[in-house]
Amino acid sequence: MILRRILVANRGEIAVRVIRTCERLGIETILAASEADVHSMAARMADCVICIGPASSAVSYLRVDAVVAAALAAKADAIHPGYGFLSENPKLAAACERAGIVFIGPTIRQLEAVGDKLNARAHAIAAGLPVLPGGEVRTLDEAHQLAAHIGVPILIKSVGGGGGRGMKLAHDSSKLAAALELAMSEAQASFGDPRVYLERFAARSRHIEVQVLGDGENVIHLGTRDCSIQRRYQKLVEEAPASGISGSLRETMHRSAVAFAKHLQYRGLGTVEFLVDCDREAFYFLEMNARIQVEHPLTEAVCGLDLVEEQISIAQRRRLRWKQHDITFTGHAIECRINAEDWTHDFRPSPGTLSRVSFPAGLGIRVDTHIQAGATVPPFYDSLLAKLITHGENRAAAIHELRRALASCEIAGIATNLPMYAALVTNDEYSRGPVDTAFLQRFLENRATHAA
Amino acid sequence: MKLTNEDVQEILQLLDATKCDELHLETRRFKLTLKRDPGSGRWTQETQHLATPNLIHSESAPPAKPAPVSAANSADTPESASLAIRAHLPGTFYRAPRPGAPPFVEVGNRVESGTVVGIIETMKLMNAVHAEACGEIAEICCENARFAEKGTVLMRIKPSAP
Repeated sequence: MILRRILVANRGEIAVRVIRTCERLGIETILAASEADVHSMAARMADCVICIGPASSAVSYLRVDAVVAAALAAKADAIHPGYGFLSENPKLAAACERAGIVFIGPTIRQLEAVGDKLNARAHAIAAGLPVLPGGEVRTLDEAHQLAAHIGVPILIKSVGGGGGRGMKLAHDSSKLAAALELAMSEAQASFGDPRVYLERFAARSRHIEVQVLGDGENVIHLGTRDCSIQRRYQKLVEEAPASGISGSLRETMHRSAVAFAKHLQYRGLGTVEFLVDCDREAFYFLEMNARIQVEHPLTEAVCGLDLVEEQISIAQRRRLRWKQHDITFTGHAIECRINAEDWTHDFRPSPGTLSRVSFPAGLGIRVDTHIQAGATVPPFYDSLLAKLITHGENRAAAIHELRRALASCEIAGIATNLPMYAALVTNDEYSRGPVDTAFLQRFLENRATHAA
Repeated sequence: MKLTNEDVQEILQLLDATKCDELHLETRRFKLTLKRDPGSGRWTQETQHLATPNLIHSESAPPAKPAPVSAANSADTPESASLAIRAHLPGTFYRAPRPGAPPFVEVGNRVESGTVVGIIETMKLMNAVHAEACGEIAEICCENARFAEKGTVLMRIKPSAP
């Protein structure tokens, strides 16, 4: 099977990113855009654009019927869902199947298996992966019993969740009732599913993930990424490979991710997320993301593949083009997510019109973006403006390059978090590395104290 | 002709060998400016994609959307004694903490300075809207779930002593 026309059902930098690879491969692109995005950079690059609804994503990018109708109207062979929106929604995959359109992603069954976090946890146990002590709770009584068994502090997570929404921390059992109620109502409001589960909370932990690629039978890994620098569970700085872990821990994580994907007979590109407990030198399965991820350029930088091309190849029902021993890793890469947020005002969002956009260029620098001078950043969607990626022979070289690259980024007209990164990359703890998931909060609090 | 990132890298390598410090390239589809910093010798790029989007019409036309409530069409006009609560960010205005929940305030409710009276959703973040004075809610000027431009009057307060 050969895909000739792909409908890109997304917006922003990932729509631009997917279109670029399609252009290179000679595949026609149709962009499914909301009314707010019909003049976006991706709309100017795509071969054609279909408007799928008003600005609000609930009535455009999140509508399975509108996306599939656009693909049919444009006579597209396939839909690339990007990340977020409908990218991991089994309903879109099922609607594609009914309409005879290829969904560029895993099977419906696999999306269901990993979309339900408790289900994913059960699969991880079945595949022999370590998970954090915990489990589902339906009532406060059950929560207290489980908490007494696994100990506090405890993290409450939503079964339908992701992206940190509906996640609540209870430091001791007296806080459990309030946290549980809040988590359940947030889970219901965000995902239409009030089910939650508990997991032991590791005070000092890192978030390390393994990129995998499968064709339904064979699975290879493309190494680790460290995504520990987060604010409110939103990743801000990521790097590849994860530094400061022993070779044997790294190998075990690689093998576990491959084992999990093989257990699911996984087809497509995916990421297995792990929590690494710094105090115990142990790792635990968190979840699997069954889509391309924001931070995928890091993996592309260190292993030299184009992951969108690999997704398309697998969607064409080809076998994996690489064996594990074909994959080699070169150097170290770091990514900063440049967001329209004013970090001096508690990360207040900052939509608006851009007067000037200038980025560094040269070897070892990659900028994935959808913004340009004169364009407007709408208030309806997430605040990601650009991803700045630097690649050096080792971590110190990548940080050195990042410092210089950040100094030549210029975005005028709206507030961005660029000044935060300029401060972060000169921070000693960060430069020494590796840092844990609580690092960014400490860094921000220290800055606030010094400023006061 | 389209411009790829690889093209830019190649152009830079060519330029590196010259004494050129600046390059402007403009076609109907794109505009590219490359500049070399005289001090560091490092390059920056400004790219603009100029092609007009090729919009095709699908059969399922999108439903008409309600016009956003703009700052202009609900400008300060009426009751001299009232104080406006305005949207401090552009975004979708919500009167309740979540769908189905009772609204934060109704007309006639007493509010203190700092009372949360609504939410503005901007870039997927929920931002609380606070009353800036003590008093009574006199009017609610923006419907629930409506998009409001920055500065739109959302509510009016009839001020009174705390």
